[in-house]
Amino acid sequence: MYAVEMVNIVKKFPGVLANDHVTIRVKKGEIHAIVGENGAGKSTLMNQLYGLYHPDEGEIFINGEKVTIRGPKDAIKNGIGMVHQHFMLVDTLTVAENVVLGSEPVKGLNFDMKKARQDVKDLSEKYGLFVDVDAKIEDIPVGMQQRVEIIKTLYRGANIIILDEPTAVLTPQEVEELFEIMRKLKDSGKTILFISHKLHEVMEISDRITVMRLGKVTGELETSKTNPKEIARHMVGREVVLRVTKEPHEPKEVVFEIKDLVVKDNRGLTAVNGISFNVRKGEIVGIAGVAGNGQTELVEAITGLRKIESGNIYFEGKDVTGFNPKQLRELGMAHIPEDRLKHGLIKEFEAYYNVILGQHYKYPFSNGTFLYHDNIFNYTKDLMEEFDVRPRKIDHLGGNFSGGNQQKLVVGREIKTNPKFLVVAQPTRGLDVGAIEFIHKQILKMRSLDAGILLISMELEEIFSLSDRILVMYEGEIMGEVKPEETTIEEVGLMMTGHRFEEVRRG
Amino acid sequence: MRILEAIFLVFINPLFYKITLTAATPLIFASLGGVYSEITGVVNIALEGIMLLGAFTSVLFTWLTGNVWIGVFMAVISGLALAWLHAWGSIKWAGNQVVLGTALILIAQGVTGFLMEPIFGKPGQTDFVGKVEELRIPGLADIPFIGKVFGELSPFVYMAFAAVAFSWWLIYKTRLGLRMRSVGENPEAADTLGINVYGIRYFGVLMSGVWAGLAGAYLSVGEVGHFRELMSGGRGFIALAAMILGNYNPVGAMLASLLFGASSAFANQMQSSSLIHVSATVKPLFDMIPFVLTIIVVAGFVGKSHVPKADGVPYEKEA
Amino acid sequence: MNKKFMAILVPVVSVLIALAISTIIIILIGKNPIDAYGALIKGSFGSKQAIADTVIKTTPLILTGLAVGFGFRAGVFNIGAEGQMVMGALIAATFASNFGFLPPLIAIPLTILIAMSVGAGYAAIAGFLKAKTGAHEVVTTIMLNWIATYFASYMVTGPLKVGSGTPKSPEIADSAQLPILMKVGAIEMSAGIIIAIIAAIFMYILLNKTTTGYEIKAVGFNPYAAEYGGISVSKNIVLAMAISGALAGLAGATELMGVHHRFLGELSGGKGFDGISIALIGQNNPIGIIFAAFLIGALRTGSNEMQFIGVPKHMVMIIQGIVIFLVAADRIVRTIMIRKRVEK
Repeated sequence: MYAVEMVNIVKKFPGVLANDHVTIRVKKGEIHAIVGENGAGKSTLMNQLYGLYHPDEGEIFINGEKVTIRGPKDAIKNGIGMVHQHFMLVDTLTVAENVVLGSEPVKGLNFDMKKARQDVKDLSEKYGLFVDVDAKIEDIPVGMQQRVEIIKTLYRGANIIILDEPTAVLTPQEVEELFEIMRKLKDSGKTILFISHKLHEVMEISDRITVMRLGKVTGELETSKTNPKEIARHMVGREVVLRVTKEPHEPKEVVFEIKDLVVKDNRGLTAVNGISFNVRKGEIVGIAGVAGNGQTELVEAITGLRKIESGNIYFEGKDVTGFNPKQLRELGMAHIPEDRLKHGLIKEFEAYYNVILGQHYKYPFSNGTFLYHDNIFNYTKDLMEEFDVRPRKIDHLGGNFSGGNQQKLVVGREIKTNPKFLVVAQPTRGLDVGAIEFIHKQILKMRSLDAGILLISMELEEIFSLSDRILVMYEGEIMGEVKPEETTIEEVGLMMTGHRFEEVRRG
Repeated sequence: MRILEAIFLVFINPLFYKITLTAATPLIFASLGGVYSEITGVVNIALEGIMLLGAFTSVLFTWLTGNVWIGVFMAVISGLALAWLHAWGSIKWAGNQVVLGTALILIAQGVTGFLMEPIFGKPGQTDFVGKVEELRIPGLADIPFIGKVFGELSPFVYMAFAAVAFSWWLIYKTRLGLRMRSVGENPEAADTLGINVYGIRYFGVLMSGVWAGLAGAYLSVGEVGHFRELMSGGRGFIALAAMILGNYNPVGAMLASLLFGASSAFANQMQSSSLIHVSATVKPLFDMIPFVLTIIVVAGFVGKSHVPKADGVPYEKEA
Repeated sequence: MNKKFMAILVPVVSVLIALAISTIIIILIGKNPIDAYGALIKGSFGSKQAIADTVIKTTPLILTGLAVGFGFRAGVFNIGAEGQMVMGALIAATFASNFGFLPPLIAIPLTILIAMSVGAGYAAIAGFLKAKTGAHEVVTTIMLNWIATYFASYMVTGPLKVGSGTPKSPEIADSAQLPILMKVGAIEMSAGIIIAIIAAIFMYILLNKTTTGYEIKAVGFNPYAAEYGGISVSKNIVLAMAISGALAGLAGATELMGVHHRFLGELSGGKGFDGISIALIGQNNPIGIIFAAFLIGALRTGSNEMQFIGVPKHMVMIIQGIVIFLVAADRIVRTIMIRKRVEK
């Protein structure tokens, strides 16, 4: 008996065939993993099961019965719940309000807050999902927000729960807790669809696996009868090197240093709390940490985008505290930002205007008053060639490139300034393996050219494979510094949850 | 010193408080309209136009039927119509809400001006068509001072305060209110829970038409009994400022409206003060006061109030 | 469908729809639409005087259209062109009435400069408040419009008052008046139209050929990316508002120096608001704005003739409102066009 059957699903978006005759069968009471690279069509498939998209072709069966899912309402009616990759929570409402939203208990004409709180408490106790029912979402940590999302599906009586990349925002320890919850849910008879591209997690938690690539199913596997190499082959269609090779390289003098840096976030709370470190030329320093522990604010402060409360920043020994982005760029700093659509690109600008951003006022792009369009066009052509940006159209709008090509434009623009110090934040978020490999190589090339590099990433594998030194950040502080060859993922994971290096080593 | 004395005399005069209430009434209604629309995520600067159309319609139907309450009712209907256009353009067609609002203001100004001659036979201003009588509360009216403030007021004033209480209850105590707030903060989240985002937004914008329509009716048949071209006179925008200052909360919007009302009442009373001689030429300078105050308030408070996160952003579902 | 083609098609179709709706309204009030539009065309193009009058009416509209359009390109919605025009003309009038001792070669540029600086400064208040506090420029510029109106009314009924009847300022010096380009009967067409066209060329070059234009557009499209690229967001918001205000002030100057020769209440007469529809119809493109201004100028001129046969000139406002609505929700028009194609 299958809990979910999706047969021959076809879903087209303008210019993309997101799902190409996809068939997936999920047994009742199992944890079924759907793996694939970004853009393989996993989320699209699940969004159709939850009624957010509608399939162009194909049929869906729930518990053997054919259903049409016109919207989330129908999905909920069929016992389907979904925890999205980006949480679907209303920040200004409380946990209880968020859980009951859309199926609120009422008393007469009024919304019954008392019952809502009690219902949420009951569910939370029954499944061991600890939450603070009266806290506002904006005030609780990510892990708790995820538990709220799971309670939301349970409150609506879901028997089939879709978890879309649930571990992306968690520390290794929180991932274990989540797996504990998933096992508990499975034991109580729930069916779980678990989307991931992290193979070791899939191996640990799932019963069966469906692998997708480029919109198609490329493999259906029993977890107990397979191994990560086989899954990876189905995922990318070839044997994969799971790590780039890093040549040894002797770092030179210190190019960048911060001392006792304190920075506040948008809400006025301290986000970076007295951090000090330095970066030498020809060295990659990685900063590991769970999202939201002050990395974004740290990067913004370093690059002149955010006010510094106290502490100092030195560039080649010179105090540059309080310099604006333009001044810092003039000194030889470049920045590949974590959010390419927010900071990195201007979607409405053509490629040729995007690649001169930050240097537009300088020769050869202008004389300070008038732009030199011929020079700009030629430079853009060269850059697109060198960094393999497709399509090779210099007047293509920034927003019309694919994610990988947008990132190549940004990376190319920053690297071509020949920076002495390069800040790289989440450089491969949402990219496919080919693009990731290309960008990693570019970063290593900069290292061999003796640029100092600060790498901030949520992907521990990326940090481990690129960094010469790793700093672990937790709640705005550095928990410790380790060398990748002298530590383990587990050790770094512990530091990411707030254990200082000394405690971790003491055991 | 004479000025200080004049100011003091204004503040101990019950008339000042009464004018504060009457000047605040249209602002309370219109800012409530703003609250309904914007907490669901639709910026509505068309309030100014809705008020103007409401003022015109209520005069028109009072003149046709001889019954002011039919006029008031029709003002609400006309407000709904204009608000529906705003909702249609900004929700269904995902247009730029600020520009759409500007268009509707222009349409309201055009339509009301256009119809003056064909209907009333002259441009500019209509004759007196009748107005809503003030409500005299026996007993209360006889209490010294307080009686002079609250004893005899337009029923619109009481309706405004009742509307605030009702709105507070609706927005913070009911299921619909919870959904309205969720749709303005995170429409995608609401959508995934099966909430009809478009429906709730339509409701918010249409309600803003009801309240702004009433505000307009008060300006004409509620206060003076006639219609004059462009008589809303920027009060739709002052109401928006009151909404911001009131942190998108009905009670806050009411308090802010009272503050703006007090500033007009103050300007009004100072001009007629016998202690200081205010010449007619200086009058325009007094008329500037509420507008200057609005700028100060908007500049001073906009960063401090919580703007609904999805305010002004059309919600678009994918195919 | 071709993007550039659509950019022209959407406003054209919007205007046609608006005209269709106004035809229905005219029929509803019992008038003959053919007569009404006939009067409209006669009033705007029926004679040499009519054409000259249309050109005169078009001149300030080009400038307010450029003002609003420039703002849009920089990501600010300047509804305050009206107030900036009033303040520019008012202050320029105050000075220029005493410019009798200056030769035209100095008096004319000086008066223009005063009007533009005042317009720029007045708009910069809203830009500054937006950059520093986040106060939305739509609300602040509208408040500034009212303040300008009341201030001007105070000035012409008080300190600047001359004569009786309509409150007005003294006439500006002859040397500060714009030279007359053409005289048709009693109608004098000044060199204002040339100034307006130069301003359009200026805006085109500034936006497309200079680093300033690059920075202003970058801030308008994506302030975060602009800041990241070393471009000061607050400086450019203030600058964009100031340039927009300067163009509105220039509109005040051409009206003052080329048409009325003194400040009076109706000098601005809603032309700042017309700038919004003109910018939208012209798709914020300087050439498009010239055409759009000509269209609205013709409607405004012709509407007086239309009024004679009993169709109030407010009709033009309704038409403009509908056009703005349709251009703002341009998907309405796009959808209609696509449906038509499918039917074919």
